[in-house]
Amino acid sequence: MRNQPRYDPYQAAPGWPNDQSARMPVEGTVSRNQAVETRPTTLPEPLSRELLELGRERFDIFCSPCHGGTGNGDGAIVQRGFPAPPSLHSARLRNAPLGHFYDVISDGFGVMYSYAARVPPDERWAIAAYIRALQLSQHGSLEDLTPQQRRELERQNQGGKAP
Amino acid sequence: MPQIFHPRINGLTRILLVGGALALLAVACVAYFVDRSPYLTGQGAVPEQPVPFSHEHHVGGLGIDCRYCHTSVDRSTFAGLPDTYTCMSCHSQLWTNAQMLAPVRESLKQDRPLVWVRVHKLPDFVYFNHQAHVTRGIGCESCHGRVDRMPLMRQAKPMTMQWCLDCHRHPATALRPKDRITAMGYAPAGNGDALLHQYRIHTDRITECVICHR
Ligand code: HEC
Ligand code: HEC
Ligand code: HEC
Ligand code: HEC
Ligand code: HEC
Ligand code: HEC
Repeated sequence: MRNQPRYDPYQAAPGWPNDQSARMPVEGTVSRNQAVETRPTTLPEPLSRELLELGRERFDIFCSPCHGGTGNGDGAIVQRGFPAPPSLHSARLRNAPLGHFYDVISDGFGVMYSYAARVPPDERWAIAAYIRALQLSQHGSLEDLTPQQRRELERQNQGGKAP
Repeated sequence: MPQIFHPRINGLTRILLVGGALALLAVACVAYFVDRSPYLTGQGAVPEQPVPFSHEHHVGGLGIDCRYCHTSVDRSTFAGLPDTYTCMSCHSQLWTNAQMLAPVRESLKQDRPLVWVRVHKLPDFVYFNHQAHVTRGIGCESCHGRVDRMPLMRQAKPMTMQWCLDCHRHPATALRPKDRITAMGYAPAGNGDALLHQYRIHTDRITECVICHR
């Protein structure tokens, strides 16, 4: 009863290749719900708050150890000697299309390994969208605010200065 | 016919009866405590691993999220263990000559997986599901303890049926908001009942046998 004649995930199976019960899919296997058309050129779903929240969560898990929480490229692993990635706020990357971030996650880039096995396509788009939001956040200007937000900010500023 | 039993036997019988009952009780007590002892539940055991991987360094020191390595924890029953490629996404550049990491490099070169030794193991007749817990406000810490303080992985909780049920009867005190699931050292803010409602947890259902023995 404690050990039933079945394989649990990753259980050893003596006699099979590498003694593994989990088998590698045959070369060229297409999984059942995998998109077979080529990658869309930009975000395949409407931008929403949920998408950005998902992007933030996944960016913090998979990217921030090296790229840092704000994308400056000073994460904890870099401080321990990993080659520093470029800042995500450079003019070149700010002008790069969202698809570029998708491709870097899928295929890796230079010394950065691919994250395709751990970040499924919809999450790659979410991360790409969140990176764009991060970039905008570092280059916001007063003109981006609605008149009401602007008045609010000015009021707060005056409140802060008053003794 | 001569007497078979001497009158003194009466006293002896009483002693034997009482003594026997006491001995049975003692055996039951010992069995009860041995059954729940760390020796049988596996609590605290530290099996030897092919690489002395330290959660203390990687989680506590470097602040890497659990899901960087245990990626499937919030989408399947099985939490998943990192493949060699995941280790090498950092160790291709860091500690590249360390003897300790030789098995990892060897594993990548020969395309042979590392063989990690299981630390937690429920019997096969118990159904467990990570996704159901992790997406409904139960943090890793509730079941695996302070992982960020473990130089080597060990089983922090007894993982007996009683332990599972203790929480299934009163889950409210263990619940966390969604963004604190993998956090270590989180103190519940005392809004358990609100979270219970938010996650739509039905406490009457999760104490039924068929939930875990299906
Ligand atoms: C282990 C550290 C590490 C992690 C984790 C990591 N990166 Fe990188 N990344 C790098 C390094 C190093 C470079 C620079 C590579 C080079 O130039 O050789 C880089 C480069 C990049 C670039 C710039 C590409 C260009 O055109 O210059 C982007 C975009 C990027 N990473 C996105 C991501 C995203 C998104 C994630 C999370 C899914 C991520 N990275 C996770 C280390 C990392
Ligand atoms: C850098 C990768 C990495 C990170 C990050 C990581 N782990 Fe692990 N974990 C591993 C490896 C490798 C093993 C297998 C070796 C071992 O058991 O020590 C493991 C084993 C475990 C086990 C025991 C599995 C068994 O055999 O029963 C638990 C429980 C666990 N991790 C929980 C966590 C939690 C909780 C976190 C986040 C706080 C975390 N891990 C973060 C790599 C990681
Ligand atoms: C996100 C990057 C990253 C990943 C992924 C990673 N490590 Fe590490 N690892 C480090 C860093 C950085 C150090 C150095 C720690 C320090 O300097 O305190 C380290 C140190 C080590 C050490 C040296 C002893 C110690 O604990 O300090 C071992 C052994 C080790 N890692 C094993 C592994 C294994 C096995 C895996 C895969 C399951 C893995 N690491 C995945 C970043 C990583
Ligand atoms: C409700 C309790 C509970 C919670 C919450 C929980 N675990 Fe587990 N975990 C278990 C049990 C029980 C097992 C043993 C499962 C088995 O033997 O089938 C286990 C096993 C594991 C394993 C070994 C692989 C596997 O799936 O069997 C890893 C890795 C792991 N847990 C990581 C995590 C991480 C990371 C988190 C948080 C995101 C987490 N766990 C949250 C109870 C829990
Ligand atoms: C710290 C609290 C806690 C512990 C410990 C715990 N659970 Fe749970 N478990 C929950 C909560 C809360 C739910 C309700 C989730 C829901 O409503 O779907 C749940 C739900 C479940 C479910 C139902 C999943 C589904 O498919 O709906 C199973 C099975 C389960 N637990 C098994 C276990 C087992 C086996 C153990 C012991 C090894 C355990 N749990 C330990 C809190 C806990
Ligand atoms: C929350 C999950 C959960 C629920 C609900 C649950 N069990 Fe269990 N049960 C377990 C676990 C976990 C074990 C294995 C404990 C161990 O390894 O010592 C177990 C073990 C058992 C065993 C075997 C004991 C042994 O020592 O081998 C029996 C019999 C059993 N359960 C009966 C029941 C019955 C009857 C019910 C309903 C009243 C029930 N269980 C409800 C989790 C559960």
